[in-house]
Amino acid sequence: MKLLLKGGRLIDPAAGRDGEFDLLIEDGRVARIGRSLPAEGAQVFEIQRGWIVAPGLIDIHVHLREPGQEHKETIATGTASAVAGGFTAVACMPNTDPVNDHPGITELILRKAAEAKQARVYPIGAVSLGSRGEQMSELAAQKAAGCVAFTDDGRPVASALLMRRALEYAGMLGVPIVNHCEDPSLKGDGVAHEGFHAARLGLRGIPGVAESIMVERDIALAELTGGPYHVCHMSARQSLRAVRAAKARGLTNVTCEVAPHHFVLTDEALETPIRYDTNVKMNPPLREAADRDAMLEGIADGSVDVIATDHAPHHADEKLVEFDRAPFGIVGLETCVPLVFDRLVHAGRIGVARAIELLSTNPARVFRLPGGTLADGAAADVTILAPDAPVTISAAALRSKSKNTPFDGWRLRGAVAATIVGGDVVYRNDGLQ
Amino acid sequence: MLRSRHLLGIADLTPDEITLVLDTAEAMTEIAARPIKKVPTLRGRTVVNLFFEPSTRTRTSFEVAEKRLSADTLSIAVAQSSVTKGETLLDTVRNLEAMAPDMIVMRHASSGAPHLLARLCRSAIINAGDGMHEHPTQALLDAFTIREHKKRLAGLKVAIVGDLLHSRVLRSNVQLLNKMGADVWACAPSTLMPAELPRFGVTATASIDDAVAGADVVMMLRIQHERMHGHFIPSTREYFTLFGLTADRVRRAKPDVIIMHPGPMNRGVEIDSDVADGPYSVILEQVTNGVAVRMAVLYLLAGHEAQAD
Ligand SMILES: [Zn+2]
Ligand SMILES: [Zn+2]
Repeated sequence: MKLLLKGGRLIDPAAGRDGEFDLLIEDGRVARIGRSLPAEGAQVFEIQRGWIVAPGLIDIHVHLREPGQEHKETIATGTASAVAGGFTAVACMPNTDPVNDHPGITELILRKAAEAKQARVYPIGAVSLGSRGEQMSELAAQKAAGCVAFTDDGRPVASALLMRRALEYAGMLGVPIVNHCEDPSLKGDGVAHEGFHAARLGLRGIPGVAESIMVERDIALAELTGGPYHVCHMSARQSLRAVRAAKARGLTNVTCEVAPHHFVLTDEALETPIRYDTNVKMNPPLREAADRDAMLEGIADGSVDVIATDHAPHHADEKLVEFDRAPFGIVGLETCVPLVFDRLVHAGRIGVARAIELLSTNPARVFRLPGGTLADGAAADVTILAPDAPVTISAAALRSKSKNTPFDGWRLRGAVAATIVGGDVVYRNDGLQ
Repeated sequence: MLRSRHLLGIADLTPDEITLVLDTAEAMTEIAARPIKKVPTLRGRTVVNLFFEPSTRTRTSFEVAEKRLSADTLSIAVAQSSVTKGETLLDTVRNLEAMAPDMIVMRHASSGAPHLLARLCRSAIINAGDGMHEHPTQALLDAFTIREHKKRLAGLKVAIVGDLLHSRVLRSNVQLLNKMGADVWACAPSTLMPAELPRFGVTATASIDDAVAGADVVMMLRIQHERMHGHFIPSTREYFTLFGLTADRVRRAKPDVIIMHPGPMNRGVEIDSDVADGPYSVILEQVTNGVAVRMAVLYLLAGHEAQAD
């Protein structure tokens, strides 16, 4: 079984490669990279001029909702959404029902993912039993079952002692602890960023420091323990400042991610185009322009390691309620690439290679995953991008089971042309052919 | 004529529309002075008063206004328990819509709830208070009361004192007074000030003496005892010392100052009894004017509907 990707610009930051190359895939692996490779015996995939051949994109922050909340998403629909968004692999959050704090649940997720045959799925285990923040889960058993990282996402690890021990223990196992940073007392029952817009609309606020105060604490603990530490969905400028300072003093075990909505939108979206749209309710909340600009800077200057979507599907009925009663979160897998290209690459903030670093190379490095490169012999996970193609986001057309996106109707430039997982073309954008 | 068929907040009204409501309310006060306080304006129209949050004062005021205009009215108090049982706002409204009401007067604890309703159902929506967001008819009746006494709104110094953070009365009043050219001062302990308060177009201060000095109008807002649990204030006693309106403080204002309060009052917490019942107080007039202003709003929105049909 051979597949030849012919033409196009191949960019692999991990291998330091960027140029016009053909890519030959044999038995699901990268067999050869070179100029004008012979097509004999291979099926040929013509890559159009201007398209990019990249190592498969990896989203390390996705909520697949199965088991327990299959009305929002299943592993099958979530991974179908992933490949349509150009992601060949996703890491899924443990806040399912029951919480993934046990090898049995990890195994179930992996089995369902194998049956779905779409994107690869890397389960993330809970730091604490039930994500209750009290007792540490059996991290080693979870790792043995296939967990690649640990988090209580949806909730912070509020106890500094538990965080310390988790970092020490996970450090021993060589897996990162990922924290949803949010001081519970400062968050209170807040539903939107504490700023002008929430104040005007009478919505309870969540200040930026609710996040950064825990980022600062965690960095101190990462320094103490040396454990690998990763900040989830960073949104506040104060948090970025803390991460930057940590990196500047040589803490290589500290990494962070930013979600597209936090570098594209601000809290102004609470009022414009419509007031109280629950599709702009996410956690952490959309922050003010200074925070959004800080995220853009961090992405450009290298302080931000990863772009991750925090894909958080919710059923339409759950979102069709009063703003303060609606669940937090938006879907993100299928809007990520257009937003990254339109708002970062075409806006001149970063180059294409940096975009691939943020979406593939670094996610693999931070979570120590296979992939993130197209080196010889690597699994043939490839994303083909059409950076100049116009895209109109349509919520109704999303493959995710849920349609909760604030980007419905947005016109952007930058599309996914095809997604290849282990040598199989699992997604092809017919609109572009 | 109002541009929108709903009254969701002062935010959506132009100064001309505000003046129209106030002028119409003035005509309505004449009806209250008649021996038979009833006109056929809303005959055959159904108005539902949908209260998700108890408020005898506002609900009664709307009911009286509706009855004076001969509307068929229905008041529904939705217990919070049915909401917690999983019945959504949408469920409640779908049931209501079966009765085809022309207007829904809605009070809800969630900011923005009437905006959701306005997007989802056919009836005209009147916001009777949504969470910490707006309470437009309160602001209109306050403006009406001020205009009665001062003959104008432009150029007046209005001090609003109290729990600004949680107050929908503040949010509606500030917008209305700004639109009409008043000079608005807002005073609260720093813990009860909304983020970026000066961007609301007010002078923000933590000194009640500064706020009241030379004021034409002092509007007091309610302080709830629960605020102590959120660490907003250490005690109501300390609050009264720093922010309570006393006769001494009233003397700093203009000699013809009027004192307002949307009620219900906490005597001895935000306002001293001798001020509340004193010569400058127009607190009871506010209640009376509430009916006229609500009649005006119902009348204007009904007219809107008739033209649209
Ligand atoms: Zn989270
Ligand atoms: Zn998440």
